[in-house]
Amino acid sequence: MTDTLPTLSAGRRARREGFWPTLIRRFLKHKLAVTGLIMLTLLALLALFAPLLTPYTFDGQDLSIIGQPQPPSAAHWMGTDQLGRDAFTRVLYGARISLMVGLFSALLATSLGTLIGALSGYYRGWIDTTLMRLTDVVLCIPLLPLIILLSGILRPSVTLLICIIGGLSWMGTARLVRGQFLTLREREFVEASRALGGRDNRVMFRHILPNAIGPIIVSTTLSVGGAIMLESALSFLGLGVQPPTPTWGNLLNYASQWLTAAPWLALFPGLMILLTVLSVNFLGDGLRDAFDPRN
Amino acid sequence: MSLTYVFKRLLGMLPLLLGVSLILFGVLHLAPGGPLDVYADNPSVTQEALEQMKRAFGLDQPIPVQYVKWVGAFVQGEWGFSIRTAQPVVEEVLARLPATLMLGGSAFVLALIIAVPLGVLSATRRYSGVDYLITLLSFLGISTPVFWLALMLQLLFSVQWRVLPSAGMQTIGDGSFLDVLRHMLLPTFILAFASVAGWSRYMRASMVEVLNQDYVRTARAKGVSNRRVTYAHAFRNALIPVVTVVALDFASIISGAVITETIFAWPGVGRLFIDSMNGRDYPVLMALLMVGSFALILSNLLADLAYSLIDPRIRYD
Repeated sequence: MTDTLPTLSAGRRARREGFWPTLIRRFLKHKLAVTGLIMLTLLALLALFAPLLTPYTFDGQDLSIIGQPQPPSAAHWMGTDQLGRDAFTRVLYGARISLMVGLFSALLATSLGTLIGALSGYYRGWIDTTLMRLTDVVLCIPLLPLIILLSGILRPSVTLLICIIGGLSWMGTARLVRGQFLTLREREFVEASRALGGRDNRVMFRHILPNAIGPIIVSTTLSVGGAIMLESALSFLGLGVQPPTPTWGNLLNYASQWLTAAPWLALFPGLMILLTVLSVNFLGDGLRDAFDPRN
Repeated sequence: MSLTYVFKRLLGMLPLLLGVSLILFGVLHLAPGGPLDVYADNPSVTQEALEQMKRAFGLDQPIPVQYVKWVGAFVQGEWGFSIRTAQPVVEEVLARLPATLMLGGSAFVLALIIAVPLGVLSATRRYSGVDYLITLLSFLGISTPVFWLALMLQLLFSVQWRVLPSAGMQTIGDGSFLDVLRHMLLPTFILAFASVAGWSRYMRASMVEVLNQDYVRTARAKGVSNRRVTYAHAFRNALIPVVTVVALDFASIISGAVITETIFAWPGVGRLFIDSMNGRDYPVLMALLMVGSFALILSNLLADLAYSLIDPRIRYD
């Protein structure tokens, strides 16, 4: 008996797959999610290497065709605008801002939400009550109009815009993380960690948080899409990132004034938003399935 | 569900609204400068006159005092005057509300009419070609920027084919029902579009869950026809959670109107909001955000009440 036990557990260990390999294997089975990941990687590379991919600069003007937008051609794949700027170049450079705002806003929202949710769920009592009432109140204000108001007042730079979007979309994550913490804090390993003298900080972020990482990653991914939508809506209304810096939103704002004369200007930035957010949603869906232990 | 419960919930709205107003008041005081900045560059307005106005408007008092006074006035329906038009804010908002409610209401109904059957179809034909198609379409739906779709539809229907008007609520000199209807088609569709994808997914999930219940199996075992199982037994129960989501979304349809109304020049509160934003008309903005938050809280409450009304298993005391 004493002899067989170690062998058995060793055998089991050899056959057992780790957490991350299982996850990757399950994720790879989700074809749409893999497609989404490839698309996003491609988009990120396009944005990153934009200066190498186009002979034009984003605010460079071709003075010979100024005044009249040109339809797509071999020299200008997505046409040009009224100022003689290459639309393809502007869409590429727009990807930089749009993707950056999306990614960093989502990261900020997740960090804030995780912190607030963790404090609420771990300490409970008055901390929980205060933070959750705050969450309730912020959730009661219609998000888009509030963000419009803030950007109208503050005339934000890209950084400030990230802070506004991220700073107002943490509530979902906070509730999610709080829920996870409320259940996890009753588990034995948390008690063990505390019994060993682990400080609150350590128990919260080294022991409990890793167990809640799945839903957090999923919600971060999905909020990247939400943030990209918000930024483009805001810039579309002329309240987000200001020209001449191109983002997909303010390109559409410009294009809407040229809808009749130059419809191609409106087509491509919108398709890029659609493609990006679609990829993000596929990715999020795949991650959700991969993390879900019931699958 | 007792009247006491409803009353308790209504009372519970007050602290939320107070919190909302505190945040909004704080946000507005973030604004660089103040309401008197319009006069700052005017040479005929002296420093003394400015000081006097400051005192007259109570702007010299500490912000907490200003806040308390503002709350007091707001509760009594004194929402101040619009900076752009000098009209009372209440009148400005009330004048625009019907157009938005009309648009939002039709979009709400249209979204329901499309989303519920799609969800049921998807759930009853789970894993079929139709289900995958609907799933794919709803992914496309939630990923499409509505303002871009609006531009594309304007391009097709108003610029290319010239069958629908691109903006406004009615043709000048023609306010007939049919004319307004033609103006409403595109914005209503766009506003509904944003909700359809989410709702149909939700309907599908709820329906799938109910179809897996024991009582549905029992009904099938008794020999009840597939049709009857779906519509008489499963459908009504599957609607219950959907009602909550749908009720909650009514307020977000209204706030989504900010974009739709701007694109289609629809004379509702959403466009009033953007116009006020561009004109730095803070009293109107504040009032609109308060009304928006109120609508959101109210739809929360209605969602809960509707839930307990249609599902006798849920009891609130």
